[in-house]
Amino acid sequence: MTRTKERTKQSFFFKYSSQFGLMIMMGLVLLAFIITSPNVFLKSGIYFSFLASVPTIGIMAMGLTFILGMGEIDLSFPSTMALSAFLFATVYRSTGNFFLAFLACIAAGILVGMTNGLIIAKIGVPSIVVTLGMQYLIRGLSNLLSDGLAIVVRLRGTLSHQILVGRFYNIPHQALWYLGITIFLFFLLYRHKFGEHVLFVGDNQEAARMMGVNVVWVKIGAFSLMGALAAMAGMFDLYRMGTWWPTMGDGYLMMIMAAVFVGGTSMFGGQATIFGTFLGAFMIGTLEAGIVAAGLKGFWTRFITGLLIISAVIIHTLLRKRK
Amino acid sequence: METNNIVDMKNIHKSFGGVKALRGIDFHIGPNEVIGLLGDNGAGKSTLIKIISGVHSFDEGEMYIKGKKISPKRHTVRNAHKMGIETVFQEKALAEKQQLWRNIFLGRQMTNKLGFIKVREEIKETNKIMRELMKFRGIGAGADSYVRTLSGGERQGVAISRAMYFDSDLVILDEPTVGLSLQEVKKVLDFILAVKERGKSCVYISHSIADVYPVSDRFVAIDRGEMVCEYRREDISLEELNEKLIELTKAKVL
Ligand SMILES: Nc1ncnc2c1ncn2[C@@H]1O[C@H](COP(=O)(O)OP(=O)(O)OP(=O)(O)O)[C@@H](O)[C@H]1O
Ligand SMILES: [Mg+2]
Repeated sequence: MTRTKERTKQSFFFKYSSQFGLMIMMGLVLLAFIITSPNVFLKSGIYFSFLASVPTIGIMAMGLTFILGMGEIDLSFPSTMALSAFLFATVYRSTGNFFLAFLACIAAGILVGMTNGLIIAKIGVPSIVVTLGMQYLIRGLSNLLSDGLAIVVRLRGTLSHQILVGRFYNIPHQALWYLGITIFLFFLLYRHKFGEHVLFVGDNQEAARMMGVNVVWVKIGAFSLMGALAAMAGMFDLYRMGTWWPTMGDGYLMMIMAAVFVGGTSMFGGQATIFGTFLGAFMIGTLEAGIVAAGLKGFWTRFITGLLIISAVIIHTLLRKRK
Repeated sequence: METNNIVDMKNIHKSFGGVKALRGIDFHIGPNEVIGLLGDNGAGKSTLIKIISGVHSFDEGEMYIKGKKISPKRHTVRNAHKMGIETVFQEKALAEKQQLWRNIFLGRQMTNKLGFIKVREEIKETNKIMRELMKFRGIGAGADSYVRTLSGGERQGVAISRAMYFDSDLVILDEPTVGLSLQEVKKVLDFILAVKERGKSCVYISHSIADVYPVSDRFVAIDRGEMVCEYRREDISLEELNEKLIELTKAKVL
């Protein structure tokens, strides 16, 4: 009895050692920021602004966590985000109906994801190739539809604005939505049949098939989920900015991949961490603002980001080997 | 179709690209019958049983399970599970980075109505399976161990216990004893006898005829995708069967 107890006790720290490592790293980065510019980092303002901007990155990073856990990759989600938000903006502008706009936005995201999944799972084209093409296709489509022009939408002051990106005691609502989505996806990945199937497909696709997992449906499902989350992120960004830009989502791809890898999800499939991605999104999503606020030249951003990504991934890999 | 047979296959063909793995196989599995399925490497044994268990479809021919006609495109692993067919695949079909309890219940999770897994119950059952069916004596292994930390024999034990646990009408074992210690082999053979005792059927694929012989009612040998001979146990001795199979391989070499 005592022996088994010891084992589980040990394995708790063992199991989450990657996440503890990441938290220590984040603590050190924060400490460095506080030391270099206490007047910014000892006040709450900057943290609230982080809470407003990180959810966009985080929501998409959650989707990518499923995709990487399944042993696949998606390069198309930033474009999907732009197309979905475009649909939201146009439908909302012409109807003024939130639900119609929301439906069009999410449906577009799911449709793009489903198409990705179908081509990958049914025809067998590698996901990196399919989604690379899709990234261009969808970006081109939203440019064609919008004629390359930005769209201003009057969202401020509406009830949906209040609900989605309003403030609750200074806390931006999108941070609460992000928390809710994270918790839901946590249970979906670790406690639901679908999530289990995603990880088994990522681990050993043939074995999953032999045990009765419908691999085609799992892939279509995961890519659809990614599409839906990209659409949601697009909607949040639209509400935050009030304007749709044809370049929406540009620059997110590398950041979000970095957030997921820093969080501790490997790219070999079969293993994924929602909590890690949650932390990773905060780390990657706050770094640039932090470095600039700390008074360093913008040039330092990439250098330090690169340094942190590489050290985080080395730590994860070493810890995984020990397990 | 009027029949007591669990499986009836008529003139089954299956190709993988240019490779003709099966060319016109007639095969049936009777009620409460243990079949020893024999043949050289690459003969098509695994392909044949994978068609029955829903992993592969077939190109030509007819298949009936419990008298019900099976359409090759519709038959899936899930379908085979539902019809009471349980398989231990040659590849073992385990995912290394996942926990033991997840591997045991994959595809047949205990869930609530919304599809959320009842983790505690699955772990409890897995512990029971480990105690009663696997009888693991290894030190570290528990229900939440990752499969990659298990030895080869232990993994095989997991795959076999999984088949034992889900009570079924037909158990298919594709080379379940490769690499097992004598004691473990005996456990597998006892399992086959227990299946027979319970009135169920079994297909047993193995290259060691000495293991297959005492537990089988009937032997079926296939060679390069075709059925070459078939004997009831009472019609042939172990030595004769051995000679027959050696003759077959010789004929192939010439
Ligand atoms: N998934 C597949 N793709 C392509 N060819 C395959 C596939 N599965 C089997 N084959 C081919 O079909 C033939 C029969 O293979 P099968 O696995 O059924 O043989 P087997 O009798 O089980 O042999 P062994 O005793 O070595 O397990 C072989 O020539 C093999 O190369
Ligand atoms: Mg085989």
